[in-house]
Amino acid sequence: MIQAILVFNNHGKPRLVRFYQRFPEEIQQQIVRETFHLVLKRDDNICNFLEGGSLIGGSDYKLIYRHYATLYFVFCVDSSESELGILDLIQVFVETLDKCFENVCELDLIFHMDKVHYILQEVVMGGMVLETNMNEIVAQIEAQNRLEKSEGPRL
Amino acid sequence: MALKMVKGSIDRMFDKNLQDLVRGIRNHKEDEAKYISQCIDEIKQELKQDNIAVKANAVCKLTYLQMLGYDISWAAFNIIEVMSASKFTFKRIGYLAASQCFHEGTDVIMLTTNQIRKDLSSPSQYDTGVALTGLSCFVTPDLARDLANDIMTLMSHTKPYIRKKAVLIMYKVFLKYPESLRPAFPRLKEKLEDPDPGVQSAAVNVICELARRNPKNYLSLAPLFFKLMTSSTNNWVLIKIIKLFGALTPLEPRLGKKLIEPLTNLIHSTSAMSLLYECVNTVIAVLISLSSGMPNHSASIQLCVQKLRILIEDSDQNLKYLGLLAMSKILRTHPKSVQAHKDLVLQCLDDKDESIRLRALDLLYGMVSKKNLVEIVKKLMSHVDKAEGTTYRDELLTKIIDICSQCNYQHITNFQWYISVLVELTRLEGTRHGHLIAAQMLDVAIRVKAIRKFAVSQMSALLDSAHLVASSTQRNGICEVLYAAAWICGEFSEHLQEPQQTLEAMLRPKVTTLPGHIQAVYVQNVVKLYASILQQKEQAAEPEAAQDVTQLMVERLPQFVQSADLEVQERASCVLQLVKHIQKLQAKDVPVAEEVSALFAGELNPVAPKAQKKVPVPEGLDLDAWINEPPSDSESEDEKPKAIFHDEEQRHAKQRQPEAEEEELARRREARKQEQANNPFYIKSSPSPQKRYQDMPGVEHIPVVQIDLSVPLKVPGMPVSDQYVKLQEEREHRQRPEKDRRRRKKKDKDKRGKPRRHSSLHTESDEDIAPAQRVDIVTEEMPENALPSDEDDKDPNDPYRALDVDLDRPLADSERLPVQKHRNAETTKSPEKEDVPFVEKKIKKPRKKEKKHREKEREKKEKRKEEKEGEDFDFWLSTAPLPAAAPAPAPVRARESLERTLSPLPLREGARSPGERSEATRTRTETMSGTPRRLRSIRRRSPRRRRRRRDPRTRRSPRRSSLQVKRRQSPWRTARSLTSLSRPCPATASWPRTPTSR
Repeated sequence: MIQAILVFNNHGKPRLVRFYQRFPEEIQQQIVRETFHLVLKRDDNICNFLEGGSLIGGSDYKLIYRHYATLYFVFCVDSSESELGILDLIQVFVETLDKCFENVCELDLIFHMDKVHYILQEVVMGGMVLETNMNEIVAQIEAQNRLEKSEGPRL
Repeated sequence: MALKMVKGSIDRMFDKNLQDLVRGIRNHKEDEAKYISQCIDEIKQELKQDNIAVKANAVCKLTYLQMLGYDISWAAFNIIEVMSASKFTFKRIGYLAASQCFHEGTDVIMLTTNQIRKDLSSPSQYDTGVALTGLSCFVTPDLARDLANDIMTLMSHTKPYIRKKAVLIMYKVFLKYPESLRPAFPRLKEKLEDPDPGVQSAAVNVICELARRNPKNYLSLAPLFFKLMTSSTNNWVLIKIIKLFGALTPLEPRLGKKLIEPLTNLIHSTSAMSLLYECVNTVIAVLISLSSGMPNHSASIQLCVQKLRILIEDSDQNLKYLGLLAMSKILRTHPKSVQAHKDLVLQCLDDKDESIRLRALDLLYGMVSKKNLVEIVKKLMSHVDKAEGTTYRDELLTKIIDICSQCNYQHITNFQWYISVLVELTRLEGTRHGHLIAAQMLDVAIRVKAIRKFAVSQMSALLDSAHLVASSTQRNGICEVLYAAAWICGEFSEHLQEPQQTLEAMLRPKVTTLPGHIQAVYVQNVVKLYASILQQKEQAAEPEAAQDVTQLMVERLPQFVQSADLEVQERASCVLQLVKHIQKLQAKDVPVAEEVSALFAGELNPVAPKAQKKVPVPEGLDLDAWINEPPSDSESEDEKPKAIFHDEEQRHAKQRQPEAEEEELARRREARKQEQANNPFYIKSSPSPQKRYQDMPGVEHIPVVQIDLSVPLKVPGMPVSDQYVKLQEEREHRQRPEKDRRRRKKKDKDKRGKPRRHSSLHTESDEDIAPAQRVDIVTEEMPENALPSDEDDKDPNDPYRALDVDLDRPLADSERLPVQKHRNAETTKSPEKEDVPFVEKKIKKPRKKEKKHREKEREKKEKRKEEKEGEDFDFWLSTAPLPAAAPAPAPVRARESLERTLSPLPLREGARSPGERSEATRTRTETMSGTPRRLRSIRRRSPRRRRRRRDPRTRRSPRRSSLQVKRRQSPWRTARSLTSLSRPCPATASWPRTPTSR
């Protein structure tokens, strides 16, 4: 199970916060901050797994993250997930973002947080991996975007 | 009306949308909180409007604010309103907000039941999908019960998109409403063979999650999973199944035997590192379950260890980490095969990556033996000196202690060495684990009688230099060791060389700055010391000297009497009076030593940590029965205000109820436990680590100021543990039999060039080393008839317990999932219900019935099939392992699956170079205040450049035949190449990075 998916930038500003277990908002922010401080002090060339977030989970949980330019993508998962699998999943997620936003950059995530959520919802659902095939994910996103367009302008 | 509409649309023109909100926040960096509260006020206005578009926009903004940490639960009702919008655009916004902020405590959540049901049965698959996704995040027991049947129906939806979502959400439903597991399971099982790979993968996912918690109930599915494993083309599915088998094999060794061959084949054939790793893991699990009885399992171990070694030696830190992780699993059962790779593990201790060093430390635990312990600890000690972060240093410290103390100190041959190591560890600055060192010192001193003399001499030295330990690190844990030192010196004072000197050290004014509990121990042990000094002096017939000591005590003790700590004060007062009394007696030349020593006569024995709890209650003793007449209620009422510790007292008062029913008894027992836990004088088991954590929340987060000392604190007069390394080596030399020496000469010839000492350490067997001094390790006392097993380790609040049900038992009628028909009567209260058009309900009903009927039919059929399968399972297991031909498709499978499932990065022919970025994006980034920061995707780099960076062996050319491409594109390779690409490179290093931009 995936416990949480966090995306934040090099300064620790949250860009996407998705918890699959209920935490009050202030605890969520604490977790984001703690996670940020944990990954910040790690070089880019050391391993992408780390244990020891004290606020979330426990010994069964691990943080698996990837660092892309200005953004950290952090997945907090338990032992039922394959570590390398989750690393690939992060890659799939980021590539999907890249496809959907066409050359995704941090600004896309900043201004379209809702869309990023919709994309994530097609990849992970309720803490479980829903789809790993990027073409399938993109197809569903595009179909939903078309549906939205057909309903007319948002405002 | 029309006017209102127009007014509404004009208003909307001035409303902020999400983008405006984000921009606004970015432009108000100084007064962000103020700006946001202003925005929230606007949002509140917008939510009051009738227009659903305005509301949806407001809710969308709220979702963003939620991410920033603002509580938006006040808008829960508005979110439900947006969820019930007819347009998908708005519905999706509503469900997203709900999934972010709804939880079991949200009271309006019960209003959503009918809305969600309506959406689930919507003709548009995306309405259904969005509802399922939202529900997966906020499903409550009530929602699960009411919607279980609807979701189960969706598991057979025509669209795979819906099917896979419905399958996944069933796991959440099971968790919240465990009764649904048995009725829904047959259909879930059916989905394992769904034609759509996504649905199949979802089903595997759910069953794996279920089986992880209660594996024994899923053993009968093993043949089905085995079939899937040998036929699936999806690496995700394979990984999950292989992980599942890892959980199943401990329960059924025969399954392991069957698995080992296909798994070994997979290990040999797959190029996907993730799959290989999971295979190795499961093979390890299999081998652990088959502790013996498998003739060729040493070959499999060798294969695993060998593959893991490759992982550990890899330059990819991720693989290194995982390799070490898996290695530690082998270590538990086959330490010998891992010990051969000690060099590798020691090498990893020097890694720059802390995660890897920690993993290597874990491995070391199992690698020590009598011979290499000293060497390994020496290496760790050198790391302790070098370690920069306190967390890592603390980890090292605990590991050193763990390694040395494991299995009753079985690897320690020289306890003098160990005490010196502990003393050396006390020089650590700013560690939190002083109490650990202290506990070890006490433990060793008490349990190893032969070492007491040495320990006492070391401890007295420590007490003498207490100012060094306690000065700079006053508030740190390290002063805890003084607690142990004082106690050891007091309790075993007969071994002290210079008792008077130690006594003086313990009575220094500086001591009063120590924490109270340590001072208390000081006071108590000062008396012990005093008693033994008195005895010595009287025996030596030196009454003046004895009186001098008494005088010293009378002079110094008042400083403790003034202590703010009650415990210290009380003890000091008692002692002071006692000493004054002795002084009077001494003045009359009465011998007192005998009587004073009698205060501390007798030996203290170690008691097992759980001994107290294990004392069986004698037959016929009812701890809850009243000894006296229970006092009346009114009496206890009167007592209440008088009590100082009113909390405690109230509990007593509550207990005093005359009726003693079963429930009441249980409650009392609970209360008694509570009381015992609070009672400091009740000897109890050591609190579980979890509990300890709860007791002091947030201790971990208190920043520890690191003191940077360029000159290490050297305590004079303390032995350095290194000298024991030499001592041991010398002793080994002497003890080595002549014959052995001759044999080694031969070996040394072969090993010339290698360090001599190392090779000799490796070749000796454990028995060769004789302990330096005779030690009898006193075992801990346990009460008679104590039960060895420990039944209190299980957690009664485990949410997965309810899911531990027999899945093979036929379904009873009473277990069927509640269908909407039942619920109608109950849900009349719900206001949402009126919204559901009557016509729709009419259509739905017969359809439901029909479906239900069909379901029943199918379930019956399944039951029959299942029963047959249950019998088949034994047969399937008892058959000989499949011939080698069966798992043969593995290599093909692995290759095929790579591209499809883990979707390695396709070569982007249309990749644009940085200069070619689209006009739109460029203008956008230029207008923003922040610096554009692009995710460095591969696309941005020109293909030519990329190719140059890549290793020629892994280079993929689009002209190659597809099969070849696939073979090269193992997912882990992709992962690796991407990791390397995400590292700074010249192209991006020049990007402007301003710290202020957000």
